[in-house]
Amino acid sequence: MENIITRYRNASFLVAVLFIQMLMLGVQVKRTDENRSTRLIRVWAVDTITPFEKLIVGIQHGIASLWHEYFYLRGVRQENRDLKQQIERMQLEEVRLKNDADQARRLQKLLGFKEQVISKVLAAQVIGSSGSERSRVIYIDKGTHDGIEKDMPVITAEGVAGKVLHVFNSTSEVLLIDDQTSGVGTILEQSRLQGVLKGTPGGEVILDKVMNGEQVQTGERVLTSGGDEIFPKGLLVGTVSQAIHGPESFLAISIKPAADLGRLEEVLVITKKERQEPEVADTNSRAVDILAERLPSVPDKKPDEKISGTKDQASANAATGASHAPIANATVPGAPKTFGVGGAVSGVSNSGTHKAAAAASADGAAKPAVDTNKQATPEAPKPETKTVANPEAPAAQPNPQTAPVPPPDQPQ
Amino acid sequence: MPITYTSQEQIEVYRFGLPVTIIVPLVAIFLQAFVPVRFPFFAIFDLPLLVVVFFAVARRRPIAGLLTGSIVGIVQDSLTGNPLGLFGIAKSVVGYGASSLGVKLDVENAGARFLVTMFFYVVHEILYFSVARGLVGLSMQWSWPHELRSALANAVIAVPLFALLDRFKKRT
Repeated sequence: MENIITRYRNASFLVAVLFIQMLMLGVQVKRTDENRSTRLIRVWAVDTITPFEKLIVGIQHGIASLWHEYFYLRGVRQENRDLKQQIERMQLEEVRLKNDADQARRLQKLLGFKEQVISKVLAAQVIGSSGSERSRVIYIDKGTHDGIEKDMPVITAEGVAGKVLHVFNSTSEVLLIDDQTSGVGTILEQSRLQGVLKGTPGGEVILDKVMNGEQVQTGERVLTSGGDEIFPKGLLVGTVSQAIHGPESFLAISIKPAADLGRLEEVLVITKKERQEPEVADTNSRAVDILAERLPSVPDKKPDEKISGTKDQASANAATGASHAPIANATVPGAPKTFGVGGAVSGVSNSGTHKAAAAASADGAAKPAVDTNKQATPEAPKPETKTVANPEAPAAQPNPQTAPVPPPDQPQ
Repeated sequence: MPITYTSQEQIEVYRFGLPVTIIVPLVAIFLQAFVPVRFPFFAIFDLPLLVVVFFAVARRRPIAGLLTGSIVGIVQDSLTGNPLGLFGIAKSVVGYGASSLGVKLDVENAGARFLVTMFFYVVHEILYFSVARGLVGLSMQWSWPHELRSALANAVIAVPLFALLDRFKKRT
């Protein structure tokens, strides 16, 4: 026996090494928590490689920042102007969406739903990958020291990227959604069909478990369903790029991920989610009210300062039947522009220091209007110059000429 | 014919310093993990495999090639989300095979290196695929065109890489 081993020394070594590795594989496959049995090896390997990755990414980031923030500033002014315009547009859109969301929350509350809310995210830098086409994982520069835990969702501004697979002291391994061992509970936005999103060995992303008989449109957005208890509901995952009948009873649906998974540089880790009942905003608030709250207010006037604005103007506005939004003030530097909401026209004044707007809205729901004459009187304790739509305005009084019409859902 | 049969007396066996033995595989694994983040196409290469083949052929000692392959493979496995041993087993066999081949054949010239790398790349992929499907139960797709393209790309890059690594060789 000894002679045989000596004679075939090399081959014996080969068999022994292969046997040990197969045994190790078997143990890992059998154990549900394979992470525990091989954690030490993974920690050593990751701790050896990732510091260099962090170092290079840090240097790269520093040089890029230096270049972009100090040397390459061409077109920044124009970009700044464009961005400001974009912010204004988005503020309008936000108001509209907030109204819709509030309505949805009210309905959810009526039905007793509980929703998952993202309450804390952590930005992280991508520092490395598995380096293999067979395993689509990336490494980020945040670990247990930063509060990262296993199975935390990882997203980008564009959409879902993956989830945390292994956590180390200062780094974490993230399994991308295009890995074949990944699985995300998803729902199609329009058709409301649910399925499991997963990767293929070729690196594509497919939506599984949707029956052949269902209608799925190309271009339809895919959102997280929240059913996997990992990703909060409603995050964008991607869009349907192809939907054909599969070989079995399920559709073969290809998905184009919203996040560019091949070129991830920075990601957000959702470190805290909360299950809570939806908060219901003031049921009487309307778009104009919300917008008024969000716009910067005009500074308080001195008592002796006269405030222009007439009752007639307010009445005239009300008479047109247009809804009225808050108000720009030309005398205040950086005063916000006046927005119209939902196509309504807002009153604008360039001459006065404040604006009075009647509260007749397009949908017929009205708020008590303000008697601008009364506001302008010196006896008024604190003239409200921000908006007439603010129900908390101390000087707000119903304007007899613009008789307030209660909302339809309120008793008259 | 680039590959020639050599007798035991003809072959030259090389050795490498300890720093080179440790640092070169680590650099290969580091580059393999880092570069694809910026250049995704780089994932088609397998630098750790090329390093294993280079060391195995140069040393011409099967046990050394086997151990180099298994260590490099397991470290590479550690960086993936898959169980440890998939790359380990594949690279162990490649290290052993390349060393054994180096004993029999002269694979010092560029043409021989090109063919040897292509051959061992395909062997490596077949082993990986078999273990992943057979032992671990991963669902994997085999595509000959893709594997041959990858083998070709690795063989092309192996020639200048091996020439670079030749500088670290020391005659025994």
